[in-house]
This record gives sequence, structure tokens and C-alpha cells, in this order.
Amino acid sequence: MKNSILEEKVPFWLDPDKRAIAYQALTVIMVGLLAWYLISNTLANLERQNIASGFGFMDKEAGFEIGESLIPYSAADSYARALVVGILNTLKVSVLGIALCLVLGVFVGISRLSDNWLVKKLAGIYIEVMQNIPILLQLFFWYALFYEALPPVKQALNPFPGMYLCNRGVIMAAPVSHPAHVYMFIAFGLGIVGALILKSWAWRRLTSSGKDFPVFWTSLGIIIGLPFLIWLLFGAPHTMDVPKLKGFNFKGGLMLSPEFIALLLGLVIYTSAFVAEIVRAGIQAIDRGQTEAAMSLGLKKSLILNLVILPQALRVIIPPLTSQMLNLLKNSSLAIAIGYPDFVSVANTTINITGQSIEGVALIMGCYLMFSLTTSLFMNWYNKKSQLVER
Amino acid sequence: MTVTPINIEEIKSIKLPVTQRGVIGWFKENLFNGIFNSVLTLIILAFLLKFLPPFIQWAFIKASWFTTPDVCKQCEGACWSVVFKNLRFVIFGFYPHDLHWRPFTAMMILFVLLFFSSNRRFWVRKLAYAWPIGLVAMGILMKGGILGLTSVNSMKWGGLPLTLLLSVFGLTAAYPLGVILALGRGSKMPLIRLMSVAYIELIRGVPLISLLFMSSIIFPLFLPEGLTINNILRAQVAIILFTGAYVAEVVRGGLQAMPKGQFEAADAIGLNYVQTMRLIILPQALKIVIPPTVSVLISAFKDTSLVVIIALFDFLMTAKNVIQNPEWMGFSTEMYLFVSLIYFLGCFSMSNFSRKLERELDTDKR
Repeated sequence: MKNSILEEKVPFWLDPDKRAIAYQALTVIMVGLLAWYLISNTLANLERQNIASGFGFMDKEAGFEIGESLIPYSAADSYARALVVGILNTLKVSVLGIALCLVLGVFVGISRLSDNWLVKKLAGIYIEVMQNIPILLQLFFWYALFYEALPPVKQALNPFPGMYLCNRGVIMAAPVSHPAHVYMFIAFGLGIVGALILKSWAWRRLTSSGKDFPVFWTSLGIIIGLPFLIWLLFGAPHTMDVPKLKGFNFKGGLMLSPEFIALLLGLVIYTSAFVAEIVRAGIQAIDRGQTEAAMSLGLKKSLILNLVILPQALRVIIPPLTSQMLNLLKNSSLAIAIGYPDFVSVANTTINITGQSIEGVALIMGCYLMFSLTTSLFMNWYNKKSQLVER
Repeated sequence: MTVTPINIEEIKSIKLPVTQRGVIGWFKENLFNGIFNSVLTLIILAFLLKFLPPFIQWAFIKASWFTTPDVCKQCEGACWSVVFKNLRFVIFGFYPHDLHWRPFTAMMILFVLLFFSSNRRFWVRKLAYAWPIGLVAMGILMKGGILGLTSVNSMKWGGLPLTLLLSVFGLTAAYPLGVILALGRGSKMPLIRLMSVAYIELIRGVPLISLLFMSSIIFPLFLPEGLTINNILRAQVAIILFTGAYVAEVVRGGLQAMPKGQFEAADAIGLNYVQTMRLIILPQALKIVIPPTVSVLISAFKDTSLVVIIALFDFLMTAKNVIQNPEWMGFSTEMYLFVSLIYFLGCFSMSNFSRKLERELDTDKR
């Protein structure tokens, strides 16, 4: 009896569950209406401008040249191939940038904690200055510097034998391609896998028997030694392709364009300042007592760093570091401002020629979303692995 | 047993060990403690000696300050004339020359507002009213058309006022959007949560310039025939959408930091969702996230420079325009250094402020 009175007393608009459904339905309808309005407008506009929608344009001949490319490409190739060239260029500058930026960032971050006043202050100034100047401005700066400060090809600077600096870029001597290089590369990969296996084996042995194993030096030996061995087996091919000035340009060697170098410099320097702060914060987050406790156990300095400090610091460092790596990747899209043919720049050219603006922008966004998602999936996996296991 | 009286004079005359005293002590402790550090110090000093004096020579001693381009080209040092001779164009862009006082006043209003907002003594209700009034006044000064001010087409806006407008209005509009998105992300309703998560991840996963492209290329397609929106507003929309997603993540951090007891207490006194959020949760959560919000403001300020890519004449673009002028070609280093200095001053003072604030607000930690 009482129950039924209570049930009658609660009208449906006061029932939280039913209200939630109503709110959600309302939001979905509103968002849907907005989407429908935008899409119908777009379709009407496209029809009026006679633009065919869809990705059919991808097979057509692109008809524009691309300054630098990792795979063979000519203007006669399709838009799809041009876009692949762009993606590869983006990946090239990002992967190289991330690697260099990690090295520089960790170096500056540790310098910031040095007990040498001069080192500490210089690192601090570097971080403050680089963090607070927009990256686009830094890109313009490096690019302008390249064009204005460096001499023309004829008077190229020669800081090291086999390396030339001029306003056409940096030209370096490179080894002449030889079948051994492929095998050396495979050996390098195998070396890394071997080192990882060795590390887990050494860890198991350490935890079960307490016997230590010099993992670092052995791994280094495997990773460097294996390719070196292959190199020797192939008779140590050492012909270098040395650049030579012929006419108005260099022949041979490896040429890095000013656009590429300016972009790489800008991305690495800007992002490394943020990485340095993350590294510093990570190291400082470790309680001093941890080091002291480890010292009182009688651990060596290297063991303290490896077993006590780093595992804890990494836990703090990895999540923000991931977003910095992603920022570097996303910022590489600014390549368009200085004319490095990255994915966005190629896609933009495609949009300008074909008029397929919606497809073009969708491609750009989809591509970066894919990069972001893969990176964060990988980093989340790594993060989980290194996380604190709590009871 | 005899007691020797302590001779105060004698104690006073005992000196501190040399390593802890004066300049030499400081040097010894901070620069030369140990062989490694000494070598490091010497290397860095040598490096500084090699590069600093030539730089000072170039930047100050041999520099030319207020001359013509031709004199500048003969000069060995820096040519700061490129900055000073074109200062008004770099700062105000194509805004009519005789009306420059208007964007100047608008900027001053903003600086005054920022100055008072940065001091916690002035955080009173009046300041909250001053902001919208100030922003409207800025808008009127820029646009004109009423109060006897001649109307200035927004196509002519440019330079530093444009950069400031885009970032300040961007954040002002992005803030409520971000709060709503953060609440949506923390909501118990699955569809609303899903939409908020999708929005935030989608926007944060793509570069800002793809959104700027979208706003400049696709936005016109979204609108019904005959209706157009000017470039600045389109870029502003992209910046708001972008910044909103970042603000949302910052606010989410604040919401997550709220102890569960706060929600339960609000439930216990019978507050509904809106009341709980408005009266209990948001005031506390937003207070926690003031410092990271300043960081978002700094990034928004820096990121507005990307509108260069869709050809808006912001501060960076006016500067770039000057050095592309054949007359002044070849002095980009000086110009970019000047622009960097302005951006640096803006961002550095904001980040300093945020650090100071963090220390001040960090009071209720046990």
C-alpha cells in the first residue's frame, strides 16, 4: 500500500533515470539537427559550384613536382602517390625530430639540475627562451638564417672534410650503397631484439639468484658489434660518395635541404625545452629519501639510478612526454610555412589544384588522428607496463 | 676546576673557512667543486668568450638604429632600423595611419585589465564586471561605426592588436565551452559523455593548422548561400574550438581533484546537479586549475601566430611583410629577434605570473 503511494508520488520528470534519457535525446537531436543543417548547406553549395565529392581524384595524375621524396616520384604519378610521399616526409622529419629532441631534452633537463651554477643558469635560460617563442617564428628564423647567413654554392663553407654548408642546404659525404648495408640494418634490428631478450633474462636471473649481469655494456656490444661483424664479413666496403662541386651545384653525397634542416632545428629546439622541464620535474619528484635509503643499502651509484630513481621517475615522465612527442608530430605540419613538402603541404597543393577541399582536409585530419591514436596506444601500453603495481 | 671566561672578542675574530666566504667561496662552491665541474666551467667560459663579445659587437656597438636601408647595407653590425623605421606598420598593420590611436587605446585597456587581474589584491567583483566592459570597449574602438568613430573594415585589422584580440577573445569564448565539455566528459549520461570525449580527442589529435584550413576553406561551404563570414572571425572560430578542447582537459583535471566528500555533502543537503556544480564543485575546481589555465592562455597567445598560414596579417605576418619588401631585404634576423622579444616578454611574464600564483594558491596543502 505504502509502496504504491511512493511510486505514484514520483512523476517521470523527477525520475533521474528517465530525465537522463530525455537530456541525452535532446542533446543528440540538437547535434543531429546542426549536423544536418551544415551538411545540407554543404551539399547545396557543392552542387552549385559543380564539385564532385568523393575520393575519385586520387588516381588522377598529380602534375606537380615535390622537392624531396623518399620514394621515386614524378609529376606524372597519381595524387595518391604524392600524398604517400608527403606522409613519408612527415614521418621522416618527425621520427628524426623525436629522437634528437629526446637526447637534447634529457641533456638540458639534467643540466638544469647540475650543481654547476653556470650550467644550471644556461640550461634555465635555454628553456625559458625556447618555450616562450612561438614555434612558427623559430622556423622562420632558422629558415631566414639559412638563406641570409650562409654563402652561395660557389663559396660553400667546409667545416669538416666531406661536409659542405651553403644556402642550398647541407651536403654530406655518404657511403656508396652496397648490399652489405641491408644486412647490416637487419643485424642492427636483431641486435636490439637480442638486447631486449638479454635484459629480461638478466632481470630474471637477478631476482632469482641475486647475480648481477652487465646488461648495458653487453647490449651495446651486441647492437653495435653485430652490424660491424656483417660489415667485416662483406669485406669492409668503405667507398664514400664524396660531394664535389660541379658547375652550379654539388654532385654526389647526401643533400639535406634548408627547408628540412630549418624544420628539424625548429621542432627539436622548441620541443626539447618542454622535454627538459618534464625530465627535471620527473627527477625532482623522487623523494631524496629514496636515494638516501638506496645508499644506506650500499648500492652503487649506477645501480641507484637504474633500480631506484629511473623506474620511479619514468612513471612521472612518460605521460607528459607522450603528449610532447605528439606535439612535435603535429607541429611538423607547420612545414607548409617554409615550403618543406610534408603531408599537409602536399594535401594543400592537392586541394588548390583539384578543389576537393572537404576530402583534402578530411585526409589531413584523419591522418594525424591515426598518428595520434597509434602513438598514444603504444605509450599507454608502455605506461601501464611501467606503472606502480599496488596491492 | 677553573672556568676560563669566554673571550667574546676572540670568538668574533675567528673567521669563516675560506670556502664559505665571499666571492671566492661562492665561486668555489658553485663553479669549481670537483675536477669535472671545473673543466665544465672552463669549457663554458671559453665558449661564452668566443661568442658573446662578437654578438654584443654586432647587436649594440656596431649596430645602426635609425638610418635608411642604404646606410644599413653598408653597416657591419645589426640593422635595428628595419624595426624602428617600420615600427608602426609592424604593430598596427594596415589600420588607417591617422587612426592608430584607437588600436593603441584598445591595447592599453587590455594591458590595464591584465595588470589588475594579475594582482590578487584586486580580485573583487568589480574586476569581473570590468572585463566584459573593457572587451566591448576594445571591440568598439577597433571597429568604430558608432559614437562618432569612423568605421574601419576588419580586413584592415592587423599586427599586435589582432594577435591580442585573437588570443584574448579566443580564451574568453573557449573557457565556457571547455567547462561544458569537461562537465560532459565527467557526466554519468553515456551519450553525452561519448560526444564530449569524441570532440575533445578529435580536436586534440589534429594540428591547429588543419582546423584553420577547415575554417578558411570548408567553413564557407557550411553556410547557406549568400551568407559570408570574414576571415578573422573564421580563424577566431577555429582558435576557440581548438582552445576549448585544451581548456576542457585542464578543467577535467580540476574536477577529478575534487574529493568525493564534496559531492556527497552537496547531495546530503539536497542540492541538484546544477546547484552542486555551480555552488560547490566548480568554484573549487576552477581555483585549482588557474595556473594550468594560464599555460593554456600562453599557448593560445603563441598559437595565434599560425594564422599567418591562412594569410591573416597578425603581428608575425606584418613583420614578415616588412622584410619581404625589397628595400629592407636581408635583415630578417633583426626583425625576427625583435618579434621574438615581444612574444617572449608576453609569454615569460605570463608564465612567471602563473608560477607565482601557484605558490600563493598552494596554501591548503597539509
